[in-house]
Amino acid sequence: MIESAALSPLVQATILVGVILVQAVALYVGYGALERVATPLIDTITDAR
Amino acid sequence: MELFGLSLALLALFVSFGFMVGVLFGFFGMGGSFLITPTLLLLDYPASVAIGSGLAFYFGTSVIAVLKHYDVGQVDYKLGAILFVVLSIGIEIGSRLVFGLEALGIANLVTGVAYVVLLAGIGALFLRRAYNLEDDDDDGDDDANDDEIPAVGQKIQSYSVPPMINLTSGGRASLWTIGGAGGSVGLVSGLIGVGGGFIRMPAIYYLIGTPLTAAVGTSLFAGLFSGAFGTFTYGMSGSVDLTVVSLLLVGSALGARIGSAATTMVEEDDVIVYFGLMMVLASAGIALSELANWLGTGALDLVSVFLLVGSSFFVASMILYKVVQSIGASESNTRGTPDGGD
Repeated sequence: MIESAALSPLVQATILVGVILVQAVALYVGYGALERVATPLIDTITDAR
Repeated sequence: MELFGLSLALLALFVSFGFMVGVLFGFFGMGGSFLITPTLLLLDYPASVAIGSGLAFYFGTSVIAVLKHYDVGQVDYKLGAILFVVLSIGIEIGSRLVFGLEALGIANLVTGVAYVVLLAGIGALFLRRAYNLEDDDDDGDDDANDDEIPAVGQKIQSYSVPPMINLTSGGRASLWTIGGAGGSVGLVSGLIGVGGGFIRMPAIYYLIGTPLTAAVGTSLFAGLFSGAFGTFTYGMSGSVDLTVVSLLLVGSALGARIGSAATTMVEEDDVIVYFGLMMVLASAGIALSELANWLGTGALDLVSVFLLVGSSFFVASMILYKVVQSIGASESNTRGTPDGGD
């Protein structure tokens, strides 16, 4: 929960939606990048065995 | 030791459970929020927090699904916008009902019973599908055309109850049908904290009457915005645990990638029966928990969590095991081919 006495519930709820949106996009992009880096690496290791 | 206000054990549980749910639902093509809310209920979260966090998790997974499938399926934007409005109204009514039930002290019981029925129903459907798989293989010619409107949808569209709206697919649907179908799905979403994709998509396809491709795209579009609205509604009352949702999403986003990739290596038919059993066991787990609450004993709590979480871990592990097995088999085939003697 995002709690701050200075912020109204409306602002807190809007920030919450924004945080989850940004987090989901970051996770999608981050894991996508990780997959692009990891796949050739795994292939190289597997081929070398 | 605590991190983000949670013990390390709970932290690990949420990330790993999110991962397993991601594997399962990336593989079976569902959102998975209907396992999150009951698990939070079993972990003694208040019903409103369990439901609000379930909806927020659904919103996060919808964003990822839209990013992944943005070019899959047509979207009827007018229908999607109307659905978003009626879904949101349904979610709002559902959430008010939850807060009302919470004030009466029966929100956890009602939500628990709803999940017992829901999970048992989904489990039974999957078990039936697994049972009928051989018959379907024999038929082989009952595939629906993706561009056709189902007969039920055409029949409903033939009743002209104004106001009628034109659909992108060429048909016309009454605003009452859209309102009834979307409002009911929204009510269920708001009441028990599920995204509702498993009922929203069939409702658009069969009741409103759109081609399958448009139903999938429009369901995803309307679901994304209604998920955001549900998160907002429960967020207004501080009923979303952002830490729990974030940890679940970290695991789920990775798991969904692996689950989705696993569909090319593992036959769905091989594991569908276990998925059905998992749902029935999860339903039994929640029923046991409700029984324990009624009896005023905590003795069955561990069994309940084991049935719900353990069965999900078991089926997800089985999918991962089959992936490893499939990679091993393809590697040995590759090595065997050059001197295979043929």
